[in-house]
Amino acid sequence: MIQINYSYMNTKNLQYEKPRYLNPYFGGVLLGLLVLVTVYITGRGLGASGAIKSTVVATADLITPVQAKENTYMKPFISDDHSPMYNWLVFETLGVFFGGLLSGIVFGRVKKFRIEHSPKITSRKRLIVALIGGALFGIGSQFGRGCTSGAALSGTATFALGGVIIMFTIFGTGYAIAYFFRKLWI
Amino acid sequence: MGPLIPNGIIGAGWDFVIAILIGIAFGFILEASGFSSSRNITGVFYGYNFVVLRVFFTAVIVAMVGLLYFDYFGWIDLSKIFILPTYLGPMLVGGVIMGFGFIIGGFCPGTSIAAVAIGKLDALVFTIGLYLGIGAFSLAFPLFENFFNSGNLGNVTLTDVTGIPAHWFAFAFTVIALAAFWGTIIIEKRVRKNITEYKF
Repeated sequence: MIQINYSYMNTKNLQYEKPRYLNPYFGGVLLGLLVLVTVYITGRGLGASGAIKSTVVATADLITPVQAKENTYMKPFISDDHSPMYNWLVFETLGVFFGGLLSGIVFGRVKKFRIEHSPKITSRKRLIVALIGGALFGIGSQFGRGCTSGAALSGTATFALGGVIIMFTIFGTGYAIAYFFRKLWI
Repeated sequence: MGPLIPNGIIGAGWDFVIAILIGIAFGFILEASGFSSSRNITGVFYGYNFVVLRVFFTAVIVAMVGLLYFDYFGWIDLSKIFILPTYLGPMLVGGVIMGFGFIIGGFCPGTSIAAVAIGKLDALVFTIGLYLGIGAFSLAFPLFENFFNSGNLGNVTLTDVTGIPAHWFAFAFTVIALAAFWGTIIIEKRVRKNITEYKF
């Protein structure tokens, strides 16, 4: 069942329970230690967009194997002895899902399916912009050789020039264009 | 001495078990910090919620300083860790496109997956968008293959490019982060007075 969350509407007269989140600096210390431990164990940082890329390559290889092997972008990720899903980042991202679920259970945030959006836009509009935003993020992450986790966070933490470039361009662009998209959020 | 798996101290067979455990910790931290809500995340751009800046900058400086200490104590061989390659033009373009994706979609790939786990359909649709975007990119790849491979500077660090030792960058980031933490507390207080549609 899809339940649309109207709780953000008519908010002026309502009292809310404060959502229970970690102190952000404590959360940041935990995340920083996790990056450190990950680099210490595996020699690489965290990631997320890579797992989606593996899924794209795996489905292409499944549905249209000939074309997938002819595609110069996907070809290096296709091998005869194992599936493109047999990849470190795919397992890590699977973990992200279960970790999110675990935290949601601990803090009581696992609820019915819902759509969160500003009271100024409809659920339908929120889903449309989420799809467009996701597609753009997906395309950008390929040019950027990683997303916020792999490039901006892990890249910067390991002093990689590329990581710093990605961090500043993502957040810089965000601030530069935020005004034009303000009605989506505030 | 680390890194453990590349140095053969932990067998490669443990790779995927470790991947899942690290992923669980990652997803837990993202969700517990409030990144399963797109309105928490985009608050950083509108001044009503700086949780992204606080978590992100704290994580970066903890990891940076931690790596330097690990190196100092001889626990890790920094020459064996992966350094993200720098492709100047493609990364600038990619970062700008991701900036648009971030503001329009309200998530980034990692946070959207953590948000799907607690039942956010907007996050699910964002993740489908990621899939379609990367799929479209792969199909259209021959059109911009030359650009994609241009501007390759190799796996360079800030130190390789500038000659300035890494600890100065860690110090600079720490100072910038502390200044940002202080400044955004003030901004957030002012902005929150005027916003009533959002629960804090």
